Amino acid sequence: MTTEITMPQLGESVTEGTISRWLVKPGDKVNKYDPIAEVMTDKVNAEIPSSYTGTIKDLIVSVDETVEVGRVICTINVEETVPVASNTSVLDREPAALQPAEIGQKKRYSPAVLRIASEYNIDLALVRGTGRGGRITRKDLQLLLESGTILKESNSRLVQMKRDETVLNKDLQADQVPTAASIAREIEIPVAGVRKVIAAKMVKSKQEVPHAWTMVEVDVTNLVNLRKRLKDRFKQTEGFPLTFFPFFIKAVVEALKDFPQLNSMWTDDKIIQKKDIHISIAVATEDALYVPVIKHADEKTIKGLAREIHELAAKVRNKSITSSDMQDGTFTINNTGTFGSILSAPIINFPQAAILTVEAIVKRPVIIENEAIAIRHMVNLCLSLDHRVLDGLICGRFLARVKENLQSITIGNTPLY
Amino acid sequence: MPVISYIEAVTLAIKEEMERDDKVFVLGEDVGARGGVFRATSGLYEQFGETRVIDTPLAESAIVGVGIGAAMYGMRPIAEIQFADFIMPAVNQIVSEAARIRYRSNNDWNCPMVIRAPYGGGIHGALYHSQSVEAMFACIPGLKIVMPSTPYDVKGLLKAAIRDNDPVLFFEHKRAYRLIKGEVPLEDYTLPIGKADIKRNGQDITVITYGLAVHFALQAAEKLAEDGISAHVLDLRTVYPLDKAAIIEAAKKTGKVLLVTEDNKEGSILSEVAAIIAEYCLFDLDAPIQRLAGPDIPAMPYAPTMEKFFMINPDKLERAMRDLAEF
Amino acid sequence: MTENRHAKLGLSNRDVLEIYETMLLARKIDERMWLLNRAGKIPFVVSCQGQEAAQVGAAFALDREKDFVLPYYRDMGVVLRFGMTAQDLMLSAFAKAEDPNSGGRQMPGHFGQKKNRIVTGSSPVTTQVPHAVGIALAGKMQGKDFVTFTTFGEGSSNQGDFHEGVNFAAVHKLPVIFMCENNKYAISVPIHKQLACKKVSDRAIGYGIQGVTVDGNDPLSVYEVVKAAADRGRRGEGPTLIETISYRLTPHSSDDDDLAYRSRAEVEEAKKQDAIVTFKAYLQKLNILTTSIETELNERIAQIVNEATEYAETAPYADAESALRHVYGEGG
Repeated sequence: MTTEITMPQLGESVTEGTISRWLVKPGDKVNKYDPIAEVMTDKVNAEIPSSYTGTIKDLIVSVDETVEVGRVICTINVEETVPVASNTSVLDREPAALQPAEIGQKKRYSPAVLRIASEYNIDLALVRGTGRGGRITRKDLQLLLESGTILKESNSRLVQMKRDETVLNKDLQADQVPTAASIAREIEIPVAGVRKVIAAKMVKSKQEVPHAWTMVEVDVTNLVNLRKRLKDRFKQTEGFPLTFFPFFIKAVVEALKDFPQLNSMWTDDKIIQKKDIHISIAVATEDALYVPVIKHADEKTIKGLAREIHELAAKVRNKSITSSDMQDGTFTINNTGTFGSILSAPIINFPQAAILTVEAIVKRPVIIENEAIAIRHMVNLCLSLDHRVLDGLICGRFLARVKENLQSITIGNTPLY
Repeated sequence: MPVISYIEAVTLAIKEEMERDDKVFVLGEDVGARGGVFRATSGLYEQFGETRVIDTPLAESAIVGVGIGAAMYGMRPIAEIQFADFIMPAVNQIVSEAARIRYRSNNDWNCPMVIRAPYGGGIHGALYHSQSVEAMFACIPGLKIVMPSTPYDVKGLLKAAIRDNDPVLFFEHKRAYRLIKGEVPLEDYTLPIGKADIKRNGQDITVITYGLAVHFALQAAEKLAEDGISAHVLDLRTVYPLDKAAIIEAAKKTGKVLLVTEDNKEGSILSEVAAIIAEYCLFDLDAPIQRLAGPDIPAMPYAPTMEKFFMINPDKLERAMRDLAEF
Repeated sequence: MTENRHAKLGLSNRDVLEIYETMLLARKIDERMWLLNRAGKIPFVVSCQGQEAAQVGAAFALDREKDFVLPYYRDMGVVLRFGMTAQDLMLSAFAKAEDPNSGGRQMPGHFGQKKNRIVTGSSPVTTQVPHAVGIALAGKMQGKDFVTFTTFGEGSSNQGDFHEGVNFAAVHKLPVIFMCENNKYAISVPIHKQLACKKVSDRAIGYGIQGVTVDGNDPLSVYEVVKAAADRGRRGEGPTLIETISYRLTPHSSDDDDLAYRSRAEVEEAKKQDAIVTFKAYLQKLNILTTSIETELNERIAQIVNEATEYAETAPYADAESALRHVYGEGG
């Protein structure tokens, strides 16, 4: 029978050897333990013997060739049977593992699972666990949150929103444990859900972004007059109201086209300027603030903007807003004037570069052309900017452009459609 | 039942075993006429003579190595290392030899030997007379490490160690020698090596410790009891191999566990105890596992301020226990 | 005319033939192990070659019915004399379950066999020296008259355990024979870089015991001094330090290449003093080893080595999980 001779391991840490000389050639008869080759390794140089008595058949590895331990170096026709170490007594069975009982794991919740369940108000009884014995794993909950099919309906949006947050995995500080004395005079309001997300997002923005702030005042008397003339018929025709807001958005979007620097975001090593203009607008509810997005706002008419504002606000109110409605904003406009505010210092909607507020339109005596005093409809526009991305000059020019766009509104050159 | 001190229990156990079995003998520095620098072998030289209470040359590796040879022959040597701090020259003999004689010979040979050494601080012993060295050996399969806390346990465990067929390191707290007294039966008894002991039953928190710290824990537990806090105290007694079942049971009992040692914190016996609890008790824990230990500095300094800073004491335990109870 | 030296030592012709046969068996087993290693069949060999005379000569001077030996890793000649077989040694080389030394747990050369009073050893050198002292101490306490015999290399005579052990035995006048098998090299480091005294045996002076240096290539000289040391030990006169001078004919181990630190010429020169050659010549000159005896002997040894190899190669390994056993005593 033909069998193989392999490169032996010559030394404890040796992994390969080089044939420095063959001492036999094909056809040579060798006895068991006769030297057949000289081998050189990192540790030793040695003659290697034949393990069999027989006739050398083929030399597989040539002189000066280096091969790994265990590679066949030659073949030999042997006259004897090849002894094989008996392994019959080696056990095949698995070692007895120290394993906890397989059953009854379903109701054993790890601290991590309990924390997530409590944070997102998840009813664990409704969750199917994939761990051993049906145990709910942390990953089970994470997948549930990511899929959005959370079991408490009221939390679905919040879950989606949370997904958008870069703060998702940031461990928020646990609430202070109240002392007995403090309990009587205070009301404890647990921080959870949207409130918690808002808090985290605001903290991140305020801590990370160097905010600068500036404001311009704009005479929107023309706009007020225009809207007054068109709004009733618009409502009648379109079925939704014509507010001031779409005009402001239009003026801002047009300015953003001219100053794309404001339509950008900061990353650690670069500033990313966005070609698409997606305007985030703030929509408040009683206890929270949502920021849905008007996609491609630069491609929309006043009417289109008005419709979208109307629809997004309705979605927020009836809680059907989804995470895709709130994604991809590039610049935020907040209509703070609706609360009567005339001055705000908004926090940038991270990671955008700037946010603009439209304050209340108020009638004020102002000095107009020819040193005359007139009663005009005035509005303040406030801008917070990421000073890493933007400087005052460009923002000043941007605001001037917005102002110009607003002040140039006339019935003749401002189409609604 | 007579009340005797911790060190008297050591002497009594050796004396009784030497009377019982003529293969038992003592070797070490100053163990003969002097009766040991702590007097642990007091009276044995007089009773058994210099051939069984052997003053050796000052060489720890030989004390242990010669003991190993005698043990392999079938004797039951009790080697005394004068201070645990001085065991280092014998580490090769303990770790490479005694611990694996049975294993390496595939059960052909064994090494029934006890190595006694006083350890521990709070006695102005400074860097080289105060150390806890158990953690250095508590990773060596083949060794057993016993660290008793009471005179009763000392007698029962030392007798068990002498009769054990494998090498046992028997560390005695030197401050406990005369500080701790307790009832010890006159009759012969042994206690199982490898078994922890509940020194106090409680419901609110679990303290797991060994050696002198057991007494600190019991004192602190008394104080906490006045405030309605009930502490469960488990004395490990054997720190290697650990009594896993007892540790798991004690941890599960209250779900709040404080581990105490006077050794340095990192890499101490507590680290392994904490790992066992972490492996087996996840669903029963009600608080993070807490550790109270010496700081991670080389050893206990000599000056009283620094020594006190290093050493654990009943006040430090009480604070840590109360803190955990309130968690 | 060659002088008959062994008769004066009380050794019969049969004794000296047996000494030679044991030396030759050790050599042949060792040579086979190298071949097996080079064929990739066993991972490691550490050799006795060049030291067989010292080992077998010394072991013949001991009482193999009662004395204890604590050999170091080259002592194949000692353990063969004390009852270990070629098959036992091959089982150890192949790390098979039946290996009496360790059941395949230790590398070859880590001898131990309780029934033959061969005391288990480890790899850190010289740790066996205090053990030999401890066994002698135990024997003395129990009123026995055995001696303990331990060996080590000249490099090892620098270890603390050598000093601590010899000193202890000297102080307590224990029957221990400390035999340093000086083979001139501690792996690659020559003796002049190991000690500043002329002879290892000079160190005995520091312990207040007798020290003697002897030709390690002459089994009869070694027999003589070990016999005298054993007799002194049994008489309660304490330990002896013996140094046998020989030469390590192989590299330190199968993992070593000795050409890096010594010349082939030096090794060839040493081979002229090889006791397998010189002691054979002695026996031939005295016509004790006749041609027919030699032929019969060579054939017998070849057969023993072949059978041992074949048996060990095909013998089963220990169960993998048996690795978990015997950390501590089982069943109390």
